[in-house]
Amino acid sequence: MSRPRRRHRPVQVGLPRWVYVPATLGALFVIIPLLAILVSIDWPNFVPLITSESSLAALLLSIRTATASTVICIVLGVPMALAMSRGGFPGRPVLRALVLLPLVLPPVVGGIALLYTFGRQGLIGQYLEVLGLRIAFSTTAVIVAQAFVSLPFLVVSLEGALRSAGSGYEQVAATLGARPTTVLRTVTMPLVLPGLVSGAVLAFARSLGEFGATLTFAGSLQGVTRTLPLEIYLQRETDADAAVALSLLLIVVATAIVIATASRRLAGPL
Amino acid sequence: MTSPARVVTGLVTAVLVAACAPPPQQQSRAAEGTAVTGEITVYAAASLQPTFTDLGERFERDHPGTTVTFNFAGSSSLVTQLTQGAPADVFASANAENMTKAVDSGVVSGAPADFAANTLTIVTAPGNPEGIQQFSDLADPDLQVVVCAPQVPCGAATETIERSAAVTLKPVSEESSVTDVLGKVVSGQADAGLVYVTDAADAGDEVTEVPFPQAAAAVNVYPIAVLRNATNPVVAQAFVDLVTGPQGREVLASAGFAAP
Repeated sequence: MSRPRRRHRPVQVGLPRWVYVPATLGALFVIIPLLAILVSIDWPNFVPLITSESSLAALLLSIRTATASTVICIVLGVPMALAMSRGGFPGRPVLRALVLLPLVLPPVVGGIALLYTFGRQGLIGQYLEVLGLRIAFSTTAVIVAQAFVSLPFLVVSLEGALRSAGSGYEQVAATLGARPTTVLRTVTMPLVLPGLVSGAVLAFARSLGEFGATLTFAGSLQGVTRTLPLEIYLQRETDADAAVALSLLLIVVATAIVIATASRRLAGPL
Repeated sequence: MTSPARVVTGLVTAVLVAACAPPPQQQSRAAEGTAVTGEITVYAAASLQPTFTDLGERFERDHPGTTVTFNFAGSSSLVTQLTQGAPADVFASANAENMTKAVDSGVVSGAPADFAANTLTIVTAPGNPEGIQQFSDLADPDLQVVVCAPQVPCGAATETIERSAAVTLKPVSEESSVTDVLGKVVSGQADAGLVYVTDAADAGDEVTEVPFPQAAAAVNVYPIAVLRNATNPVVAQAFVDLVTGPQGREVLASAGFAAP
């Protein structure tokens, strides 16, 4: 996380040169596959491929659902991060480990877990079914799947920011007579805003790329549940050029998000 | 999920290419020798997993000293891997189109042989609670029907049947593999789905099968062929002979496959 760097350091400690060898290899490992996509693009047909009806439907659905799931992640994740970093209740480490589980779980497993929770015969789904609410095969299912896999990203990111920020300013505010809600609103949240922004961006990016849980839990239908990654997977069956073109589109969207947040963070107070 | 998997596949492929590329002497010995020994890799459509696993074990028993390794996946994925240079000896496709793609890209040696046929069938929850009797019942808008997407073989077959039966389905989901369709029915998410007869047989009493006559409009024929870059063409041909021969027919028939 970024920390204020106001103190001058008298001695510059350089990195050993050999570090750059594996570091360069690592960078190439990430960059070369991205270049491979650029090289294999069918440029003359690129625009028709990405503006086909099914591609546009998938892109719009992906942006809509990823936005909705990011909002859910913020609404639920911010209080979760606060409770886990500042709250006083027993069993916090265990709860923390459980809540962060989707981070390391294969998304397909997440999808199966959601199926047995919100599916038509699931733990909660069977009661929703009685009420006439059906999540299966709806856009809601896509958002639920995305929120499930993305929530831990926001929580981890914000929790880290809360821990490194410390609680000194809050204590000062409290001794001056501010009530907890006021402290939270005027001191804590502005202090960890960069952490919240980067957490939200991570959650959005993870939602945008969500594939396994969506495929398992939500199904795949144009305009309803077939997001961009599902469309890419399906196009690959018949039209490799379209799959590559859509992959580039997803890379461009992801890059735009990274750049947008990077510039915001540079312009920000921290 | 896909990208790490692909990276791993890529790395594994690279290692296999390096490891399997035989020195020249060995290759000529394989060509002139008649002894059926050594290792072969068979790329086979996902729907062939139970039958081919069984046939592979029989083959290894009948020909001591041989090892059959399988790569089961969607036929179109397999063709992509083969045309990208994946090392394999035999390819068995779930439809003619993908075998034609493989032949056109020059990875197949000789002419493919048809060895099985498969048709679609309706599957419902056990006991058929929605009382589905015929194909046109699936057009009921209150039913949650799941089919394959038109881009994959089972979805293409579904479209053909819809046209010939003059029934338009309004599916709630178009899955990219027939196993995903079956999964949605088995888990109770969908009321009904269109899968292959063999998938329905494999699912046993987890589903109820509702056969319908219009299924005959779309018959998927499975071709098998030895590949040009086979490291062990003799063993590869022997395996193809087993699949297309009486023993293969028997195993395939017991899984629900029709004769081609």
